[in-house]
Amino acid sequence: MSLETDRPAIPDLQDKARVLRRHIIEMTTAAGNGHPTSSLSATEVVTALHFGGFMNYDASRPDWPERDRFIMSKGHAVPALYAAMAEAGYFPVEDLLTLRKLGSPLEGHPNMRRLPGIEASTGSLGQGLSIGLGQALGCRMDGIDARVYVVLGDGEMGEGQVWEAIATAHKYQVGNLTAIIDQNGYQQTGATADVLDLTPFAPKIESFGWHVQTINGNEMSEVVAALETAVAITDRPTAIVAETQKGFGILPILEEVGDTNFHGQALPADIAEKALAHLG
Amino acid sequence: MGIGEKSGLSPGPATRDAFGKALESLGERFPEIVVVDGDVGNSTRTEAFAKAFPDRAFNVGIAEANMVGVAGGLASCGKIPVVASFAAFLLCNAYDQIRMSVAFPSQNVKLVGSHSGISIGEDGPSQMGIEDVALACSLAGMTVIVPADGVSTAKATEAMIEWDGPMYLRLGRPAVPQIYSEDSEFTIGRANRLHEGDDVTIIANGLMVAMALDAAAELEERGLSARVLDMHTVKPIDEQAVAEAARETRAIVVAEEHSAHGGLGSAVAVAASKNVPVPIAYVNTGDTYAESGDPDGLLEKYGLTTERIVEAVHRVTAR
Ligand SMILES: Cc1ncc(C[n+]2csc(CCOP(=O)(O)OP(=O)(O)O)c2C)c(N)n1
Ligand SMILES: [Mg+2]
Repeated sequence: MSLETDRPAIPDLQDKARVLRRHIIEMTTAAGNGHPTSSLSATEVVTALHFGGFMNYDASRPDWPERDRFIMSKGHAVPALYAAMAEAGYFPVEDLLTLRKLGSPLEGHPNMRRLPGIEASTGSLGQGLSIGLGQALGCRMDGIDARVYVVLGDGEMGEGQVWEAIATAHKYQVGNLTAIIDQNGYQQTGATADVLDLTPFAPKIESFGWHVQTINGNEMSEVVAALETAVAITDRPTAIVAETQKGFGILPILEEVGDTNFHGQALPADIAEKALAHLG
Repeated sequence: MGIGEKSGLSPGPATRDAFGKALESLGERFPEIVVVDGDVGNSTRTEAFAKAFPDRAFNVGIAEANMVGVAGGLASCGKIPVVASFAAFLLCNAYDQIRMSVAFPSQNVKLVGSHSGISIGEDGPSQMGIEDVALACSLAGMTVIVPADGVSTAKATEAMIEWDGPMYLRLGRPAVPQIYSEDSEFTIGRANRLHEGDDVTIIANGLMVAMALDAAAELEERGLSARVLDMHTVKPIDEQAVAEAARETRAIVVAEEHSAHGGLGSAVAVAASKNVPVPIAYVNTGDTYAESGDPDGLLEKYGLTTERIVEAVHRVTAR
């Protein structure tokens, strides 16, 4: 648990992000499949939320009613969340290497019935923001001062349900809901610019009555500053459009491989080794 | 022992691969075919068609509801839209759009669901279509096909394009044994009898057909002769083949890679009860979601094995 008053220094958070990135690569390569690059683009956001003094949680009491909630709506990027949860003490770090193996609660996509601390079962894209909206409303009804953070993919924004949730969150003036759009520029079959270009996101979401910030989502200081702004806004929903790079942290390695999307595949062991060496 | 080994089958492609190839090769002959994709064409294998006929392929993004509506519109202009996504996302995410833009207006839309069942493995339950057959069958006028191997998938793809009306074609992710020869028959609505026997009939489709053949080989060693039917068309089901099986073998086992409810088992039970009531045992994934894991381990844990079919045969013939 961390409090705003003792927010860690940016270099410390950057180092935490580096640790998470190492976990992401190690666990997906051990699994032999998964979505490392989708996890790497969201690592600063996940790190800042869990270790930057923004989210209140107690790893020994995952069902603590006052906790802030985190939903990985782009469920395939859950290795970033598992890495954070392990570092936060929800389960031993060694368990990360059981990712996707039969019997492990660390499933390929988050399963809230199997892993305490997971707030929503996702994996069918487009549904996490609605679930987060429901949780935000539920907390508000119960007088619980908790915030709900939902991470979505830029490709995922093609799902109509996301926009239904955006509209409804405005209707109910949900001030404890923050959506973070991981705008990494790619989806499964190619660049979002080619598949379905919804950029710029900010004016669209703003037009629904949300508060929106656009930042470099791989720059820790910008992520922290944006979250500080977001948590101070309590009269309407907030969005952060995080301009990121898919596979951030190991981009030179992906360039060498010749695929900067590298969607839905683990790095082969030799490439993973190079990536880990690059991360340091 | 791998699937199909006991019955001497050779390895074959995944049904999704066979579909992708077949669809591309039908492109010239059927200029009306168009592909509508929801950002998964490299998984469903419609990518090959999209590359060969770029003007006849639409990738609407991750937006299954919209994808199905667009297909309905294209069909009303005389196109033959082939809409492909993961079975779970297509049937579950866009169910009402399928109902309103495809089934209800009886549009000539071909729905193709890849990554069906639990054999997709590590991606886990959110990506596994285990209720898709039930959902598809529940739609009035929908024809539902679950091919067992690459050869029959290619034939099913051609039959699907030639067929006039809404159809659901269910495909799998992993490579499966080859069951059919190139000159084999494939007729929508007509079961294929793959093994003769009179003590019991195993009715299967998809991945489970190879296991049914393995089970028949195993049972033969124990002195039991099993008829094996590939019931590739779940709807409309081949009632005559079910009635003959019931009458002539007096016991049925139904094996499918689907939940216990609303799939092939239900269709066979209804068909049998209408004509020749008979004891039936069921091999399926039950009433539960599976989990992440390697495909073989999952098939074992969730009861989709040759041994479970053999056990079911013993159970049902003892009744
Ligand atoms: C409803 C649904 N449709 C399709 C998929 C298959 N799928 C998994 S990841 C992905 C691309 C996601 O792109 P984006 O949201 O931009 O996330 P990124 O991987 O770039 O972080 C797709 C299409 C899915 N999981 N859910
Ligand atoms: Mg993306």
